[in-house]
Amino acid sequence: MAINILMVFFALYFIVMFLGLGFGLLLILKKTFPDQDPFVIANGYVFFWIIGDLMMRFFLQKLPVMSVKPLLTLPIKRSTVVNYVLGKSVASFFNLLPLFAIIPFSIMLIMDGYATSMIVTWLFAMIILVLISNFLNFIIEAFSSEKELSFLPIITVVGVLFGLNYFGVLPMTSLVGDALLGIANNPILILVPIAILAACYAYNFKILRSKLFLDSSLKSKVAEVNAADLSWTERFGDVAPFMKLDLKLIWRNKRTKSMAFLLLIGVLYGLFFYPQPMYREMTFMSAFIGIFSTGFFLINFGQFIPAWDSGYYKLLMSQNIKYEQYLRSKFILMVISVVLLFVLGIPYVYFGYKILIAHFAAAIYNIGVNTHVILWGGSFNRKKIELDKKAAFNYQGTGAVQWLIGIPLMLVPMVMFGLVNWLVGFAAAVALLIVLGLVGIVFHKKLMKSITQKYLDSKYKMINAFSQDN
Amino acid sequence: MIHTKYLSKTYNGTTVLNIEELTIPKGQSFGLVGNNGAGKTTYFSLLLDLIKPTTGNITSNDVVVDQSEDWKPFTSSFIDESFLIGYLTPEEYFYFIGELRGQNKADVDSLTAQFEDFFNGEIIGKKKYLRDLSKGNQKKAGIVAALIGNPEVIILDEPFANLDPTTQIRLKQIIKDLAEKQGVTVLVSSHDLMHVTDVCERIVVLEKGNVVKDLETNPATLKELEAHFASGAVVSQEEE
Repeated sequence: MAINILMVFFALYFIVMFLGLGFGLLLILKKTFPDQDPFVIANGYVFFWIIGDLMMRFFLQKLPVMSVKPLLTLPIKRSTVVNYVLGKSVASFFNLLPLFAIIPFSIMLIMDGYATSMIVTWLFAMIILVLISNFLNFIIEAFSSEKELSFLPIITVVGVLFGLNYFGVLPMTSLVGDALLGIANNPILILVPIAILAACYAYNFKILRSKLFLDSSLKSKVAEVNAADLSWTERFGDVAPFMKLDLKLIWRNKRTKSMAFLLLIGVLYGLFFYPQPMYREMTFMSAFIGIFSTGFFLINFGQFIPAWDSGYYKLLMSQNIKYEQYLRSKFILMVISVVLLFVLGIPYVYFGYKILIAHFAAAIYNIGVNTHVILWGGSFNRKKIELDKKAAFNYQGTGAVQWLIGIPLMLVPMVMFGLVNWLVGFAAAVALLIVLGLVGIVFHKKLMKSITQKYLDSKYKMINAFSQDN
Repeated sequence: MIHTKYLSKTYNGTTVLNIEELTIPKGQSFGLVGNNGAGKTTYFSLLLDLIKPTTGNITSNDVVVDQSEDWKPFTSSFIDESFLIGYLTPEEYFYFIGELRGQNKADVDSLTAQFEDFFNGEIIGKKKYLRDLSKGNQKKAGIVAALIGNPEVIILDEPFANLDPTTQIRLKQIIKDLAEKQGVTVLVSSHDLMHVTDVCERIVVLEKGNVVKDLETNPATLKELEAHFASGAVVSQEEE
């Protein structure tokens, strides 16, 4: 339920954004380019919009093929099924969203005195354009699914188009703009985009018809095993089996894998802030950035403990394991990630030695306090995660815990640091974080014991929750 | 070995299992049959402390299963695919279970080598993740994993379902050997009356959570079971 609410929230957000764009664009253009025709300018930008749209669609929109699996065994013509799939894709949110900008913009133009017939023609041309990118995207996806480097086709297409435009070989911006203006002024020309749309549809039809068999494309892909040598984990003793399992978990599942790349974002996080002198003045910001960037993996991985293992939680609970070892493996992984992120972040010293010191204090705090806090928070997780589901925009497993845990995790150290920094000074604030972190490390065994007890207490509830389909 | 006393499980006022007393001696091959919803899986889940009993308890080898975890070292099970770790290969899965049960790689290898026939060349060395195997092959891997580490109690829920006929026959032999030669207590549930009577020395019939029959297997048992379940079918036909 929480997932749906979140998605609805996102959808509403985008709708409002697009509506604002639709109504506001005319005014913005008039202000920015007072002596030019805003309609012409707007058409000049359509090219970039198409490019962006294609990129977004490629990563987020998939042809709803799987949903027709049950139809294949029914006495329905194959071509009907294909038409149904393609038709269904038109109802996608990606096609609906642009309307929220295009229609208000058209209304504004008409109210501004543009010829109604011209704008209506333009409106239809734009809708057809949206549908063309809808079907063009599926063609690109069909090609990319056969390639080893699946991002290559989209990057090639977008890159070539962009390059042609940028280096002036083929001025795509004005070409697209002129074409749209041409259609608007001469409605009969709308047949051209319609023909392109028909061609895209027909091509999709052809591809899909040849692929729509239970055995070929509808069958989920069988991945080749990638085995790495994980014998270095043996030094961690009895925790080693779980560490190996966790590393495989991260590396072999889509959703966790994309999370591993967050390590990179964690490292680069400071670059959003530090190059601006404004943030460098605010020393308390570096504590926040330090907590966030050294704890990036900790937060993203930790908040879903133990839901990552929800698919086989019954096995873990009936097997001969000690809960404490299971949790300690996660703890060690998080500590390693914090150390790694801190070390990789050392170059930030370029922006001032205080930043490095603050990051160091934040790293100690993350190791001593936040690891335990997030493990403790995990004992409240009651939402399962299906590991083989897609990575982007996946909020499965997200519940109130994930929102609430952020308070002790980030807000508390930030406020403490900011307050002491303001009242006493930088050195005292740094010392406070380090001392708190060290206290956490000293009491690690004790803390783990009570955390383990917390998990044991909610064992039945977790088993039950993880075996439900949410 | 396994002693069940005044055990009941109630969900929102509906009692799904109610066993006053049931004792399973060591080394017995024990079969549990019953229609859907009879309480077979509930009983096994209680045995593994995956759900909390409403009343009563189960004692396994003098350990009360919902109070201590000491039953875990000598108990193993395969209930359903949630006992498999999808992103591991069968070998990795066996080694993982082996590590949990104090077995090194060589131990696990020598055990799985005994099941070459059973695997029929479809499990070991295929470089496939468990999640990509067919249901039958997943089951094979799960069952063999339950045999790792010399457990004294093995619990298998519906082990014959999804297996091909040859594998079913091989599995029957494996279960028989475990009970007869190695003194392992094997608990099996099944919808296939023929298989259970072939394999188990003792068969208990559950109906709506209650034990309605407790039979020592003999040549007439299959007939008796078939008669029992057929009468149920006749009654329900009359009710309609």
